[in-house]
Amino acid sequence: MTASATAASAPALARATPRRFGVVLLAAAAFVLLAAAGYVFPRWLTFLLTMAAGNGLVSLGIVALMRGGVVPFGQGMVFAAGGYTAALLYNKLGFTDALGLAVCGGVAAVLVAAPFAPLLSRYRGIFFAMLTLALSMVAYGLLMKLDALGGSDGFNVGRPTLLGQKLPDDRVGYTLYLLTIFVATIAAVAMRVFFDSTRGLVTLAVRENELRVEYLGGSVRRAMAINFVVAAFCAGLGGALVVLSLGHIEPNFSFWTTSGEFVFVAILAGWQSVAAVFIASTVLEIVRSFSSAYFPNTWQLALGLFLLFVIRFLPRGIGSLWTKRRGH
Amino acid sequence: MSADIPAAGSTMLHVDRVNKRFGAVVAAADITLSIGRGECVSLIGSNGAGKTTLVNMVTGYLKPDDGRIAFDGRDVTALAPRAITRLGVARSFQIPQLYGDLTVLDNMLVANACHDQRLSFWQPAQRPQAIDRAERLLERFRLSEHRARRVAELPGGVRKLLDIAMALTGAPKLLLLDEPTSGVSAEEKFPMMDTIMSALGQEAMTVLFVEHDMEIVERYASRVVAFYAGRVIADGTPEAALGADDVRRYVTGELLAE
Repeated sequence: MTASATAASAPALARATPRRFGVVLLAAAAFVLLAAAGYVFPRWLTFLLTMAAGNGLVSLGIVALMRGGVVPFGQGMVFAAGGYTAALLYNKLGFTDALGLAVCGGVAAVLVAAPFAPLLSRYRGIFFAMLTLALSMVAYGLLMKLDALGGSDGFNVGRPTLLGQKLPDDRVGYTLYLLTIFVATIAAVAMRVFFDSTRGLVTLAVRENELRVEYLGGSVRRAMAINFVVAAFCAGLGGALVVLSLGHIEPNFSFWTTSGEFVFVAILAGWQSVAAVFIASTVLEIVRSFSSAYFPNTWQLALGLFLLFVIRFLPRGIGSLWTKRRGH
Repeated sequence: MSADIPAAGSTMLHVDRVNKRFGAVVAAADITLSIGRGECVSLIGSNGAGKTTLVNMVTGYLKPDDGRIAFDGRDVTALAPRAITRLGVARSFQIPQLYGDLTVLDNMLVANACHDQRLSFWQPAQRPQAIDRAERLLERFRLSEHRARRVAELPGGVRKLLDIAMALTGAPKLLLLDEPTSGVSAEEKFPMMDTIMSALGQEAMTVLFVEHDMEIVERYASRVVAFYAGRVIADGTPEAALGADDVRRYVTGELLAE
C-alpha cells in the first residue's frame, strides 16, 4: 500500500475496534446507572422501565428489518411465541429460571419465524407488511380458539426463579427489572455489532439498491431472511421477559395493535441508533401511562399527536439527534 | 460440459446463436460471438441495436429466448446475476448504481462485503484488510480525495469511476462497461478513459464496453463489434469495423450524410 493510502486509511482504521470498545463501555455504564437508579425508583417506575425494555427488544428487531427497507406489521406473532413458550415451560414443565425462559422464548420465536423467512424475503413494501400482519392475525385467531392455551383469557404465570434462587416478595420487581435491562443491554450491544458488521452493511445496501447488491455478488434474499430471523429472536426474548413481569399472557400479544405499537416505537427511534429504540420505547410507556391516567379514553390521541410531532421535526427519528446523516 | 461450449482455453466468453425479443422488437437475432481472454472489445450501434441487451444477457439480468452463453468454459445462460458475478463477471452501469447516502469508502466496503463469501455478524465492515483493498482501488481510479464524501454529492464523472471501481472489487475476469463516458463532458472523456484503462491495465482482464463515441472506440478498443437491429453487422479491428459500409450507414451515419 502506498504512503498516501496508508495515511488516508488511518482514521477509518481507528474507527473500527475502539468504536466497539466504546459501545461496550457505554452500554455497561448505562446498565450500571439504570441498575442503581432502579434501586431507588418507585415500583411503578421500575415496572414501566421493565415493560419499555422488554417491548423495546421487539422494536430493536424491527429496526434491524427497517435497515433493509422493510417494516413488519406482525411482530406480535413472534412476541407471542416467545411469551407463550416461557409461560408454557413454566406452567407445564416446571422450568422456572427467568434467564433460561427468556432464551427459550427467543429460540421458540426463531423456530416459528424461520419457516416463513424464505417466503417473506421475496416481498417488499406493503406486501411484506401485510404478509407479516396476516401471519400474526392467524396466530391470534389460533390462540383465541385454543382452550389448551387459555383461549381469549390467556393464563397466569407464577413467579420465576433466577439462577436457582427464589425471588422474595419485596425484590421480585427489581430483580426482573435488572434481568430485563441486562438482556436488553446485551441485545443492544449485539445489534450494534451486527449493524457495523459486513452483514449489517450489506443490509443497508439492500435498502438503497438491491440490484447492485446482486451484481456485486451479495444475496438480497438471504440477507432479508436472516434479518427476519434475528428480529424474531429479539421479539421472542422480549415476549418472554414481558410475560414474566406481567405474570399473565393472552392472545392480545399477537393482535395487530400490539404489532403496531412496536412499529410506532421503531419509527419514533429511527434506524440509526439502538439506544434510541429503548428511549422511544420508554417514551411510549410514559405517554401511555400518563395519558391513560389523565385522559383515559383518548390516550391514543396523545400518542398520535406525539408521533406527528416527531415525524414533522425528526423525520429520521429520535436517534438522528446524535447520529450523523449517513448510512450507519 | 456441452459439446457446443468451447473449452475455457483462450475463449473467455462465447455467445452462441442467442435470440431475444421484446414483443415485436428484436433485441438479439441469432447472435454468435466469441471474446478471447485479454481482449478489449467495444460494442457499438445506434440506440436499440441490442448492445445493452447483450450485456444484460451475459450478466444474467435477462434470459435469452434461445441460444446459449458460456463464460470461461461454463454455461451461464440460466444463472442468476449473483451466480454469474461469483464466477468472475462484473459490470458497471450506464446510470451508476451507487449508494448515495453512504460515503465513497463505504460504497467500496459494500462492494467488498458483497464479494465476501461468508458474510459475518461479527466482522466489522470497516476492518483493516477491507479498507486497504478499498483504498488501493480508489487510488487506482484517482478517487482517494473523495473517500469521505457522500456519493450523492459527487459529480457525474466521479460517480462513473466509482461505479467501475466497485465492480473491480471482486477481481473479475470479465468486465462489462455500459457507456462509461456517457454524460461526461468532451474535455473529461479522454482523461476519464485513460484513468479507467490505466486502472484496468493492472489486471489481466477481458473488457467489453458499450460506447457511442467513435473517438473513444478507435483509441481504446482492440476489437469492435457493431450491432444493428439485434444483429452483428461488423466484427473486427477498429479500422476494419468502422470502415465497413453497414457500420458507416447504420451506426456512424456517414453514408447517410453522403
